Amino acid sequence: MAGFDKVVSSYEEAMAGLTDNMTVIAGGFGLCGIPENLIAEIKRKGTKGLTLVSNNCGVDDFGLGVLLPDRQIKKIIASYVGENAEFERQMMAGELEVELTPQGTLAEKMRAGGAGIPAFFTATGYGTPVAEGKEERNFNGRDYILEESITGDFAIVKAWKADRYGNLVFRKTARNFNPLAATAGKITVVEVEEIVEVGELDPDQIHTPGIYVNRLIQGTFEKRIEQRTVQPSAAKGE
Amino acid sequence: MALSREQIAQRVAQELQDGYYVNLGIGIPTLVANYIPDNIEVMLQSENGLLGMGQFPTEEEIDADLINAGKQTVTMAKGASIFDSAESFAMIRGGHVDLTVLGAFEVDVNGNIASYMIPGKLIKGMGGAMDLVAGADNIIVTMTHASKHGVSKLLSNCSLPLTGKGCIKRVLTDLAFIEIKEGKFHLLERAPGVSVEEIVKLTEGELIIPNIVPEMQF
Repeated sequence: MAGFDKVVSSYEEAMAGLTDNMTVIAGGFGLCGIPENLIAEIKRKGTKGLTLVSNNCGVDDFGLGVLLPDRQIKKIIASYVGENAEFERQMMAGELEVELTPQGTLAEKMRAGGAGIPAFFTATGYGTPVAEGKEERNFNGRDYILEESITGDFAIVKAWKADRYGNLVFRKTARNFNPLAATAGKITVVEVEEIVEVGELDPDQIHTPGIYVNRLIQGTFEKRIEQRTVQPSAAKGE
Repeated sequence: MALSREQIAQRVAQELQDGYYVNLGIGIPTLVANYIPDNIEVMLQSENGLLGMGQFPTEEEIDADLINAGKQTVTMAKGASIFDSAESFAMIRGGHVDLTVLGAFEVDVNGNIASYMIPGKLIKGMGGAMDLVAGADNIIVTMTHASKHGVSKLLSNCSLPLTGKGCIKRVLTDLAFIEIKEGKFHLLERAPGVSVEEIVKLTEGELIIPNIVPEMQF
């Protein structure tokens, strides 16, 4: 690794420095666009006491759900969880702390965190359990609550393509939280399907500039589908 | 007769206007997409980052990188665009979406909505619902008027934790189309064959009934 070249040669190297009790921000929505191999590496490392920031927590045997059986997650900040039995068990048993956060607020917390903005006012959640303990303020006749932004010791991100400088291009709805997570990590690790030479990506088409990226690795992906839905007529082969 | 899920969706679809950007929640709201009138153009927003959601794919078209907010595989309509989650919620929270349709457990006369949490039961989370109700001006809530046991879901005060405060103005149930204003429910329409008395009986919150309550037209 030299100059702006962000490419690392192994997943072990990609997640080097991750230690117990750190905060990790993960991109992905459901199982779409999740950094599946970086998650697998966290499982392999056995890092514990993690605070995870992610829209969801995977399923029992895929995505962030794989970190549950070894009790690697202390706390999760997410908008929608419980698609896995072990998650439910740990949450009900009080072994896992869950901070439910509205999806847009979660995205904005990452965006603001990455942009050096410590907090922001939003109408989302005003008058609901989400507002408990938070500062409230009225602007132009409307009520808002103060939400603090989030940064992570690590951010783990899945993109489609990158050049060696870490300029990223995402594909379809696998983009989701990934560009936001990428901005909010002290160390941002990105895994991609393809790494191209510098200069091959059109600068106008880059979604995330390489300045946010610290480490880059090319992987192979299962890309599991959570809800496989097809047109009924097509399913019957008509 | 109480409306079926499809009929609720069909009635909501009548509220669509040409050029509307619309966000449809999970469940009955999703069915609204099946009843978009042929003579208008509507673009569906999916909060995971897609504007211009298309139909479900054929087996050949399935793409793990292309899903909707319900995590179902979808396609993109002509003219679609893709963006990240912050951009998606900028559209929603910035009030750029013309119509939001979503389900609920309860609504009350003050426009409060409870839709994500039943204490004591497994809490999965609010997803984007709190952002949607806080950000949109034009919201239609679809729900059954009462529980299977005849307990009203249109209340003077929501009993469950709120998803949003004072943000709901219209509710379409299997029995009635109701407007919320000035701290009261106002009966706009009734389902075909459903009497005003039935609706009154199953509405716990104060309900204003005009002299004439038309039946919904399909």
